[in-house]
Amino acid sequence: MFSERIDRLVSRRGWLLPLLLMAAAEIALRISGIRSDGLARPTEIIQALLGLAADGAILQRTWETLAPILLGATIGGAIGLFLGTWLGLSPAAARLAGLSVELFRPIPPVAIIPLTLLIYGFGVRMEAAIIAFTCFWPMLLLTRDAVASIEPRLIEMARALGLPRRKQIVKIVLPAAAARIFTAVRVTLGIALIVAVTTEIAANPFGLGYAMISAEMSLRPDVMYAFLLWLAALGWALNAGLLMLEERLFGAKSGRSMR
Amino acid sequence: MSGDRGGLLWHVGSVLVAAAIFAAWALATRLHLVQPIFLPSPSAAFANLWRGLARGDLLMLTIATTERMIYGWVLASLGGILLGGLIGLSAKARQWLAPTLELLRPLPASTLLPVGIALFGLQPGMLLAVIAFGAIWPVLLPTVHGFGDIDPRLREVAHHLGVSRLSFAVKFALPAALPDVIAGMRLSLTACLIITVVGEMITAQEGLGTTIMLAARSFRSTDLYAGIILLGLVGFLNNALLGLVERILLPWRVR
Repeated sequence: MFSERIDRLVSRRGWLLPLLLMAAAEIALRISGIRSDGLARPTEIIQALLGLAADGAILQRTWETLAPILLGATIGGAIGLFLGTWLGLSPAAARLAGLSVELFRPIPPVAIIPLTLLIYGFGVRMEAAIIAFTCFWPMLLLTRDAVASIEPRLIEMARALGLPRRKQIVKIVLPAAAARIFTAVRVTLGIALIVAVTTEIAANPFGLGYAMISAEMSLRPDVMYAFLLWLAALGWALNAGLLMLEERLFGAKSGRSMR
Repeated sequence: MSGDRGGLLWHVGSVLVAAAIFAAWALATRLHLVQPIFLPSPSAAFANLWRGLARGDLLMLTIATTERMIYGWVLASLGGILLGGLIGLSAKARQWLAPTLELLRPLPASTLLPVGIALFGLQPGMLLAVIAFGAIWPVLLPTVHGFGDIDPRLREVAHHLGVSRLSFAVKFALPAALPDVIAGMRLSLTACLIITVVGEMITAQEGLGTTIMLAARSFRSTDLYAGIILLGLVGFLNNALLGLVERILLPWRVR
């Protein structure tokens, strides 16, 4: 549960460990005097991070990563939500689509990086297309399961009331499945961040992933680790923020179902 | 249940739906709705795939990628279970390490690639280490939680019966954690395939990742689609095999 996890994170002495490790690295690097293209002293990394924050580079790079996530996750997620609702409501449609889902879902999202590169070239559209493809699958499957597991009597009642099909879905089905659909959104956005950064590292010269790989190539390990730290913080904050929102909206127990 | 005939009809139906998708693909290319450079006809893509497999070069590349993925996965699984077991069994180790693990977990595994290249250069061993380390989390964390969540009374009983720590870990803790660990190993294998392909793309080591990137750069779209289909096939077989393993090892778990 979220509040428990916060307690665990804040109160425990476990925070000492990363700090001790960083201090040890600082001392070891200073004493040994090693200068390497792959290592940087923690103080240099923090300096680099502050420098990137001061000249706005970090915000610019972050926005370059977040923009395709917003675009791609919205498109892929909306299609997944729509089809997932359909498959959840109709067991027949779910069974008919079963084989196709099993055939196309295992395609690793990174395998279509070259394809989108061929179609769109570098840029936001290419990255958003990969993110949309990636986000489509978890939204489809988790929405299908969420909708399929709602109380069937709710739908019977909606039918008995003579609600038209669209109103049944908007007024009864989606609200009943909302908590689990929100969990699906949280999981999907986590995956979207991973795929965005991966695409940038592999091909697309934008965003935080490219910032890391270009720092590596220009032999600036301090900048590379600074972006790494920032990405860790961003990933953690995204998940923690969505978990908190989930608890606020749907109560404490819903966040537990899928961490 | 409508019996076997109903089940068979549903299977035929789902095959027809999949066939319809391929037919739509064929029709779209036949009517020139899409440029063949972006979407070659399915017959051209599959014919090219078949030629490459028969000639042996595509087969070699698939084997190279699969091999790398499996080595990385075995390392990640063994490392995850061993480390996770050590951390999970000791309450002290858990207190010290939990926040560090929680912080490292959301980090995209691919960010390890620039770090690995900066530290170790473009070696095959570096890529393997990055794959293993990047895919260790889905195994490590369920193992830590599984070993940590054991009923303390079980621990006391085992202690009084004179069970050694090692055999407690193997006979009590591991079976209890196994369902989550195997589910984690499944996720880990998917992660291994993804990191392998990205790693090949960046480090240009022989494999399907490099091949499809080169195919796209030189506008050989039938080669590109053949590679994507093969990677999809590897992913499909991974799922199927691990599903089988799960059913054999955990027969009490009805899915």
